Amino acid sequence: MNLIDTFFNWKVFWDTLPQLLEGLWTTILLGVVSIIAGLFTGLAMALARLYGPPLLRTLARTYIDVLRSIPLLVLLVLVYYALPFVGIRLTSFMAAASALTLVSCAYTAEIFRAGIEAIPKGQFEAAEAIGLGFFSSMRDVILPQAFRIVVPPLTSNCINVLKDTALASVVAMPDLLKQATQAQALSANPTPLIGAALLYLLLLLPLVRLVGYFETRHRAAIH
Amino acid sequence: MKALIEIRGLHKFYGAFEALRGIHLDIAGGEVVVVVGPSGSGKSTLIRCINLLEDYQRGEVLVDGEKVVRGPALARVRAEVGMVFQSFNLFPHLSALANVALGPLRVRQMSRSAANERAHALLARVGLADHAHKFPAQLSGGQQQRVAIARALAMEPKVLLFDEPTSALDPEMVGEVLDVMQSLAHTGVTMVIVTHEMGFARRVANRIVFMEGGQVVEQAPPDQFFSAPREPRTRAFLQAILQH
Repeated sequence: MNLIDTFFNWKVFWDTLPQLLEGLWTTILLGVVSIIAGLFTGLAMALARLYGPPLLRTLARTYIDVLRSIPLLVLLVLVYYALPFVGIRLTSFMAAASALTLVSCAYTAEIFRAGIEAIPKGQFEAAEAIGLGFFSSMRDVILPQAFRIVVPPLTSNCINVLKDTALASVVAMPDLLKQATQAQALSANPTPLIGAALLYLLLLLPLVRLVGYFETRHRAAIH
Repeated sequence: MKALIEIRGLHKFYGAFEALRGIHLDIAGGEVVVVVGPSGSGKSTLIRCINLLEDYQRGEVLVDGEKVVRGPALARVRAEVGMVFQSFNLFPHLSALANVALGPLRVRQMSRSAANERAHALLARVGLADHAHKFPAQLSGGQQQRVAIARALAMEPKVLLFDEPTSALDPEMVGEVLDVMQSLAHTGVTMVIVTHEMGFARRVANRIVFMEGGQVVEQAPPDQFFSAPREPRTRAFLQAILQH
């Protein structure tokens, strides 16, 4: 059957699989680096946005608004193709990781802010009343509670970051999508693209399921 | 003798509404003061000003001679002023033991074992030795409030503030909390209590402060306050609450 030979060509798939897996590994690496960097910077950004001195708060809010408004692809192209003009030359991995982190930081900051603001005022007051300083109040009282609230939206954001790694193929990053398009050109057969799509699904479907699970558990914990 | 808490000319506004209208109040070390008054009279606002959970516009508060103001010293002053809230405000992600041990651990820099030991002793003192490992959600309201009292005591504060500690409790649990508070009063710790429990006030207070409209209308020892109030507004208040 011609259709099977074209789209699900077993030989082509088997021959290009190592290349695809290499791409998958790059995609995962890029995703994990950006997610972790985004988490830490996002938390710092949320705290600056909520509790910083007025100027810092304004700066943080501006950053968050701008980075949530700019299309990731535009930012990525700026970082990779425009920065060299001012002497900043990043590898495609660093460019992609920077762009993904900058954006993930903004979204993560908003998620953390919502989580912190959902903690009842009485918790802050109780922490203050026993004389806990800001750092200890956050670490011991507020953030552990906020984390529980934000696990579902944070996981959701992680999924978005992982998906957005595919944009990195634009800056010649040998991620899963880039490897697939190259394999497709080489073998003159679209099977690698199908393979890549399946690998993306294999990676992301469990995570999507996980968000659903977290949300159910969170609802159960509330009621 | 110098007062432990000195409140001088305290004014507090919520927008145009003046919640506290020039409060003067001295509280001596070891004294148990119960603040009563109709709702909206400013009594909760007043004790929340003592540890600056509530900002105010004019006047000053001194605890043990130290002015309570925003700044680096505030946490240190607050550590000397324990507070028990109407809604308990236990930390829901921590066990009863960890709730009580947190202050000693982080503010007093005690070792974990020493902090836990103190927490165990205090939980035993409020009758909750067997509940140390439980989380707040697994405890009744009365038990939660007793943990909250232990948490405040763990800092060995100079003053304990109680902001309507039994108002959120089911009636059958009020007694267990008042019992703990009464036993505390006998240990000589300074207490400022906002409450509607008049029987408790009469038994435990050294002095009753009656507030209305953001002012201290009258203050007197309990016997005199309940049997021979001087001010007409005090008489009207007592009549309204005691006729039932």
